[in-house]
Amino acid sequence: MSLQNFMNEAISPWMKEEGPDSDIVLSSRIRLARNFAQVTFPIIAKEEELKPILDFFNQEYAHQSFKDYRNLELVEMSRLKSIEKRVLVEKHLISPHLAEHSDHSAALISENEQISVMINEEDHLRIQLYYPGFQLEKALQRASELDDWLEEKINYAFDEKRGYLTACPTNVGTGMRASVMMHLPALAMTQQVNRMIPAINQLGLVVRGIYGEGSEALGNIFQISNQITLGKSEEDIVEDLQSVVRQLVDQERKARETLMQRSGIQLEDRVFRSYGVLKNSRIIESKEAAKCLSDVRLGIDLGFIKNVSQNILNELMILTQPGFLQQYAQETLTPDQRDVRRASLIRERLQLEKK
Amino acid sequence: MECQECHQRPATVHLTKVINGDKTEIHVCEQCAKEKGYGETSFSLNDLLSGLFNFDHATSISSGTAPTSTQPAKQVQCPKCGLTYQEFARIGKFGCAECYKTFDEKLNPIFRRVHSGNTQHNGKIPKRAGDNLHLRKEIEQKKHELHQLIDREEFEEAAKVRDQIRKLEKQLDDEQGGDV
Ligand SMILES: [Zn+2]
Ligand SMILES: [Zn+2]
Repeated sequence: MSLQNFMNEAISPWMKEEGPDSDIVLSSRIRLARNFAQVTFPIIAKEEELKPILDFFNQEYAHQSFKDYRNLELVEMSRLKSIEKRVLVEKHLISPHLAEHSDHSAALISENEQISVMINEEDHLRIQLYYPGFQLEKALQRASELDDWLEEKINYAFDEKRGYLTACPTNVGTGMRASVMMHLPALAMTQQVNRMIPAINQLGLVVRGIYGEGSEALGNIFQISNQITLGKSEEDIVEDLQSVVRQLVDQERKARETLMQRSGIQLEDRVFRSYGVLKNSRIIESKEAAKCLSDVRLGIDLGFIKNVSQNILNELMILTQPGFLQQYAQETLTPDQRDVRRASLIRERLQLEKK
Repeated sequence: MECQECHQRPATVHLTKVINGDKTEIHVCEQCAKEKGYGETSFSLNDLLSGLFNFDHATSISSGTAPTSTQPAKQVQCPKCGLTYQEFARIGKFGCAECYKTFDEKLNPIFRRVHSGNTQHNGKIPKRAGDNLHLRKEIEQKKHELHQLIDREEFEEAAKVRDQIRKLEKQLDDEQGGDV
């Protein structure tokens, strides 16, 4: 296992496995914020306080195994080029915050990239665990086991009244952020998403687009997560999130059916036009690429397109981000050059599918 | 839904801001969110803190022209990390675990607003917190159960639970006796 593996492939090995409801829910994630009881939190800690934490992880956890996750790799941020950090951010293995604060920070990553424990982020530890599809309960269970395993050697900052103590008051208590990434093209096309968002907010959940800068949810990919971390148990938080996600899945399926019934041919036309653009364009901006990828993915789910894998959306959304494009090109690219690269990369990738 | 700031781009950041108990929904685009400082999490908190402590906020704004003597004389400061309450209110972050104890009396209103009225943890307990805490939580839960059973007049079941509680309490006694 080496850094190179994390860099080369756009989609993580765990993403290739199919999960429940994966036509709509791309992935489920649990993140736990934890701190060492005796050490000042990273945002104001001095270097000599943070270094021992990194050293401790090198000593105790690097190349160790947790359950089936063998030979965990400790990737130190100070040893990475900025473009490499960017790739890890685009793969969601590390946060932008970790990439920006590289001194004595690291990520403990499993070979299949399902686990990533960020070290010296805003909190000393940010434990992240992903599952493909809609599997929040499983993710919670596994993340909690990983938490127990880490805790065997760490004295966590914990208070009976306030729970797990975190740098930000918005994380205190369980320290848990549960989230799902959803592809909601039919709800977006029929303008229903925007109407649903305020209602979802009312339930204490946050909805945001995860791709794109300063524009709408690119690729119709939305992240739904809990806002409240204090006063509810982990299980209750996950249950509440799950019931909303379940409803969204049902609504998206209904919207897809209705679209098929009322305007099947228009939908088919849209899907194949987008497919044509991706297969043929020589210059493509990330916004257009995302729209077309979303259409093609919908086309796959609806059975219009047969010989392309579902993962194409996930994979190409990540692969066509600026960091990845430049990693592939092995050089810095201007935005114009990126658009050319992006187009050729997408064409190549779709070529691979045609067998 | 369009962005309520620029009215051009679609709104992708959706948040509920609560100031002094008044809820306002905010729907802005990513760009305006950045410009207006609506960060992912800290925005609502910073607003919240300055809303909660208008006093602090006002003094910090006027401090550019007014002499600093208008500042409150006494500052609460964390003995471990040195963070003052004013700094906490400004950056919206704690400096260390000890800060929670230091600022304890001021935290309930903040937590209540950030976490929909909640101030107390109700989730996982680390193993290291000792079996003691686990035991006490279990006893608490059993007692609650006992009351419910008695209310429903299920006395046979209640007797069983009562015995369980006694056993747990004895266990707790033994442990505490053995503690250094
Ligand atoms: Zn705007
Ligand atoms: Zn402190």
